[in-house]
Amino acid sequence: MPADPFVTAPPALLTTSDGRPLKAALAQAQGRARRRAFLLVAPLLAFVIFTFVLPIAQMLQRSVYHDGFSANAPAVRAWFAATVPGTPPDETAFAALAQDFRQMKADKTAGLAGTRVNYTLPESRSLFTATARKADDLAPPYRDAFLAISAKWASPAVWQAMRSAASPYTSDFYLIATDFERADDGTPRRVQENQRIYVYLFVKTFVLSGVITLLCLLLAFPVAHLLATLPMARANLLMILVLLPFWTSLLVRTSSWIVMLQGQGVVNDLLVATGVVDDQNRLEMMYNQLGTIIVMTHILLPFMILPLYSVMKVIPPSYARAARSLGATSWTTFRRIYLPQTLPGIGAGAILVFILAVGYYITPALVGGADGQLISNLIDFHMDKSNWSLAAALSAMLLAGVLVIYWLYDRLVGIDNLKFG
Amino acid sequence: MKRLLILSTALTGLAVSAQASDLTVMSWGGAYGAAQTEAHVKPFAAKTGIATVMVDSDNPATPIKAAVEAGNVTTDVASVEYADAVRLCDEGLLEPIDINALPPGADGTPASEDFLPGAVTECGVSTDIWAQVYAYDTTKFPEGAAPTTVADFFDLKKFPGKRGMRKGAKTMLEMALMADGVPPAEVYATLSTPEGVDRAFAKLDTIKDQVVWWEAGAQPPQLLADGEVVMTSAYNGRIFNAAVGEGKPFKIVWDGQIYENEMYVIPKGAPNKDKALEFIKFATSTEGLQAQAQQISYGPARKSANATEIIYKDGKTVMGPNLPTAPENMANALESSFEFWVDKDAELNERFNAWLASN
Repeated sequence: MPADPFVTAPPALLTTSDGRPLKAALAQAQGRARRRAFLLVAPLLAFVIFTFVLPIAQMLQRSVYHDGFSANAPAVRAWFAATVPGTPPDETAFAALAQDFRQMKADKTAGLAGTRVNYTLPESRSLFTATARKADDLAPPYRDAFLAISAKWASPAVWQAMRSAASPYTSDFYLIATDFERADDGTPRRVQENQRIYVYLFVKTFVLSGVITLLCLLLAFPVAHLLATLPMARANLLMILVLLPFWTSLLVRTSSWIVMLQGQGVVNDLLVATGVVDDQNRLEMMYNQLGTIIVMTHILLPFMILPLYSVMKVIPPSYARAARSLGATSWTTFRRIYLPQTLPGIGAGAILVFILAVGYYITPALVGGADGQLISNLIDFHMDKSNWSLAAALSAMLLAGVLVIYWLYDRLVGIDNLKFG
Repeated sequence: MKRLLILSTALTGLAVSAQASDLTVMSWGGAYGAAQTEAHVKPFAAKTGIATVMVDSDNPATPIKAAVEAGNVTTDVASVEYADAVRLCDEGLLEPIDINALPPGADGTPASEDFLPGAVTECGVSTDIWAQVYAYDTTKFPEGAAPTTVADFFDLKKFPGKRGMRKGAKTMLEMALMADGVPPAEVYATLSTPEGVDRAFAKLDTIKDQVVWWEAGAQPPQLLADGEVVMTSAYNGRIFNAAVGEGKPFKIVWDGQIYENEMYVIPKGAPNKDKALEFIKFATSTEGLQAQAQQISYGPARKSANATEIIYKDGKTVMGPNLPTAPENMANALESSFEFWVDKDAELNERFNAWLASN
């Protein structure tokens, strides 16, 4: 069989001048460059991981994890594991409980265990600490011994609450954070109407943030336009007026608004002096929802102006002039030519202001009064009360809400259209 | 850049050397922290030569819990509320303090008999007794037509005008019930029933649209001074400081006061445990408690410290009648119940927050 004339010898490997295969040399050189690049980014990466990723991961873990009861009541935990939910406690269960209580008394951890159960069933904590105080006197028959300390030990609600706390991983905090509780048989149900607060506040937080974002946009748009079109000297002056409050401490700005708007404040005094309102009917602009909206709008305004300005600055005025010369009215020119070109700035400003507003805490705390509170104020409240798991669950829900908004924005506008300046 | 580096290094060095003291005390800052610095920290350092520093916190119980749980305790002594002292103790986060280790009173009475009932717990020793009271602006009400009882606080007809109230269920519910005619001895029994809670909220409802809510203890004197409210619930020491210290026309109504001990505690694993105990012995001795009461109008929790007259730091005001513990102020007074609030805090605050947010 004749040799195929088209088959040639395999080509000699391409080599560098010193005889190494070119491919290997290239990979080596690129690898070195990559490693060097990584080393340059490494400090930032480590910083982000330690100060951002890890704390958030820890927060998320805390919202589903609380071992206050489970770590301190191993015997009862074993009994719960061996029985199906809803099993009424028998003598073995009470004996296990007695064993745990003796240990809790020795370790001084009854308060810890009671606190965990108390999150889902009020008045459990004192039941635990009172029982622990008498733990050394517990003797068989244990059921009677426990009932002698408190009749509550016979209550199915207590045993259900303990069963649900017996696993360190729990959805209890998310239930509470959505205004639910567990019935005696463990099924979730909504809490009584006068206890419902979190869902309402979540909705309110997002609605108020939306209102504030809209107000910021309405106020910032003309200012940014002016900044972008004024002659340099006057634009600089205006820019200073925008930046000066931006650089001033948040607390100072909030307190100044209190001085301005409170019942005996500057604005009301002026209105009374000019006879617009009489002394008995001073306007209530502080310590309520209106106060929160006004002050937060002012504080977040620069975050809207600056991205808008950076976008408007580079819009060539010739486009608008061309539209006008082709016969468009000024409104049509604005709507069809100018506004679409500012969209990246509007998007960036809106998402910046909205996300900041959703997590805002100090301003509503100071000027919000009764109805100007946001969900972040309750997160702070629970941090202060040492109920960190509930605070973490609420924070996680807030984070999820912001991510959903971000995702929606990406789908509707496209995140690559964002322009921060 | 180099200069910046040197500067920041120097600053870090400063911060480290500031922490390298022999004893760290954590308190609430403001007028209260200043009082404890003057009365306890400085004299203790002068007497023993132990470098003692005071650090501030909004509520020392929160950082202490975090520090002990993280196993990185830098505070040796902390000033915490009574409920927190018992709660943290129950959770094993504090060092126990033996009452017999505390010095006897100036008159020789052993500490166990000298301290008022409940003033020393397993892990804490009382520094003072403070009270939640209400105060009014005397320029707003003529002499003879001024509010005198806790019920007057809720009487908008006789005493029109805005009210300041603490934003929280604790003390506000008790105040509402007492104003509604519940005797102090029955307040917590009433609040333990759903009907009692409803009754308290119904009473709060009657003034809800006239209330300005405050959170920080410094706010109520400010609200009164600004004329934002005509009367406000407040911590008695803050009103005293504004009225006597700054000459503001404020007057306290003691009827229906709710009082509570403030405690010094030692966090578990404190780096200088022995010195911390020495500090507490010094600060809660008869002289130590009196020294603090000269700075701020919170009552000493030792009988021996109340036996002699205490004069305010201005040199003329007698503290006695301005303390929550004065007999004439105790006529209709309620001791805040720790047990009740640890149990019901979450439940009642949820209801309170829901009530507050609804219109």
